[in-house]
Order: sequence, then C-alpha cells, then structure tokens
Amino acid sequence: MLSRLVFVSGSALKGSGPIGAGLVHASRSLHTSSQSQAPVPALSEKGGKVRHGIIPEELFQLLYPKTGVTGPYMLGTGLLLYMLSKEIYVINHETFAAASITAVIIYGVKKFGPSVAAFADKLNEDKVAKAQEVKDLAMTSLAQAIEDEKKEQWRAEGRSMLFDAKRNNVAMLLETNYRERLHMVTNEVKRRLDYQIALQNLHRQMEQDHMVNWVEKSVISSITPQQEKESIAKCITDLKALAKATQAKAAV
Amino acid sequence: MADRPVPIAEKRLMDVKLGELGTWLGGRDFTPNGLISAIRKGHDRYYNKYINVKKGGIGGIAMLLVGYVAISYIWEYDHIKHDRWRKYH
Repeated sequence: MLSRLVFVSGSALKGSGPIGAGLVHASRSLHTSSQSQAPVPALSEKGGKVRHGIIPEELFQLLYPKTGVTGPYMLGTGLLLYMLSKEIYVINHETFAAASITAVIIYGVKKFGPSVAAFADKLNEDKVAKAQEVKDLAMTSLAQAIEDEKKEQWRAEGRSMLFDAKRNNVAMLLETNYRERLHMVTNEVKRRLDYQIALQNLHRQMEQDHMVNWVEKSVISSITPQQEKESIAKCITDLKALAKATQAKAAV
Repeated sequence: MADRPVPIAEKRLMDVKLGELGTWLGGRDFTPNGLISAIRKGHDRYYNKYINVKKGGIGGIAMLLVGYVAISYIWEYDHIKHDRWRKYH
C-alpha cells in the first residue's frame, strides 16, 4: 500500500525518468506517428501478485508443475541453509540490526497497512471524482451547446418567412407611395382644369354682362323722348282698359 | 503456441532455448542507446506491473528494497568476508 502513495506522488515524478534516459524519453514523446484515437487503456485494478511481500508469484507458478506447492519453500530453505553453512551470508552485528528492522517493518505494515491503503484510495478517488466532474460538466455544457446550435439552425430556417414579411412591407410602402402620388397628380390636374373652367366661365360672364350692359345702354339711348311719351301714353291707356276689365269682373 | 518464426535475437529471454543463448546474447543491442532503451523497457514493465495500478500492495517497493539490500550486501561481500566465524567451510 505504500506503493499507492508512491503512485499518488509518482505521477509527478513520472516525467523525470532515470537520468540518461533523456534521449530515449525525448524521442518517445515527439509523436512522430499520427495521433491515435484509441482510448487510453485503463489502469489495472491490482498489481502483480507478490507472496510474503517480496517474492513474485511467478516463481511459484514456475515451480508448481515440477515440485508442487512446497517447491519454492524448499528451495528457499535449502538456499538459506546453504548460504549460512558456507557463510556466503555471514552472521554479524548487521544481522541483528536487519532482523530488528524487518520485525518493526512487518509489524508496521500489518498494523497500519489497511488504513494507509484506505487513505491513499480516498485520495485517488477524490482526484478521479474531480476529473469526472470536469468531464461531466464539459459534457453537459457541450450538449447544451448542441441544443442551442440546433435551435439556431431551426431559427435560421424561418428566415424565408421573415424575408417574405419584409418583402410584403416594402411592397405595401411602395403601393402606398404610388397611390399617394396618384392622388396628388389627380388633384393637381383637377385644380388646373377647374382653373381653366373658372377662367372660361369668367370670360363668358364678363362677355355676357358687358353685352347686356351694352344692349341696355344702346336701347336706352335709342329710346327717343318722343318714343318714351308714346310708350307711357300707351301704358296709361292699357292700364285704364285693364281697370275697366277688372271692374267689370268684380261687378259680375 | 506455434507463432510465425521469430529471429532468435528478438525472442524474450524465457523463450530462448539453452543452446541458443550464445546467439541470443550476440544479437542483442549493446550500443548505449540500446542499453538505455533496455533499461527503460525493464523499468516500464516493472512500474506498470507493480506500481502503476489502482490498488498496489507493499510488494512493489518491498521488492525494490530487498533487491537494494541484496545488491549492497554483494558489493560489500569482500569486506564482510572478514567477519566469518569459521575459516574452513
């Protein structure tokens, strides 16, 4: 479980590989091939199995067909006895120190292992949850953007109706303008024609008046005094006759 | 598994037969670049198998520490030899 903490901080160190691997590292990260769209493979859940904390399981699997389950343990015991007896491993003060340290380490791991593991798991989970949040947020915002885009497209489809309405407006304006002008033209023409009529009427009137006046004047001037007396005498005799006639009618 | 025939130098070590060991060693890339790439690949294999996982155990670094202890013992052996209890084994 310590390796979990290593992993949590290891991703920061991952960029800096072993010194001297810079050459290979640089050439690896240059992306000379085209980017592949394949999804990144997920992390494996558990690491390779290790027995007793230090011996990989593969050794046991390797020896199982030939020696069964106890094979590797016998191998270990045999090697240990060989190294002790031939003093390839020498027992000195360091052995005691190593034994004490191993005891403490094993005690610590057994006692605090699970809690540290849970803590590291929680850290990881928080990181993953945050990343997932970001991803979800991005997804929802993008989906929203798609919706808005579709709406805009739908709106754009209505453009033709908008243009028809506008065209109608313009046509109406033109029509109104045209009719206004037509009215104006008719009015103006009528006014001019009326003026001409009035002028002609006036002309005729004046001629008539003038002619009447002239005729009157000439008639009056042509009535000599003698004719006037004669006409007055005639009028008197006519009036007398009329009076006699009405008197006769009244008597009847 | 009968795969298509692979040249000896490119086989993995566990697939190399004993007799081919010499050819295998001769065909490996010992240029500095090759060595570094070999170290890099080995590191990546170990890292991705034992450390770069969701629920790693103590094994990942414990094996490294044990290896470190063993190697430092081997390097100091000539000095430790003098602490031996018996002269003849």
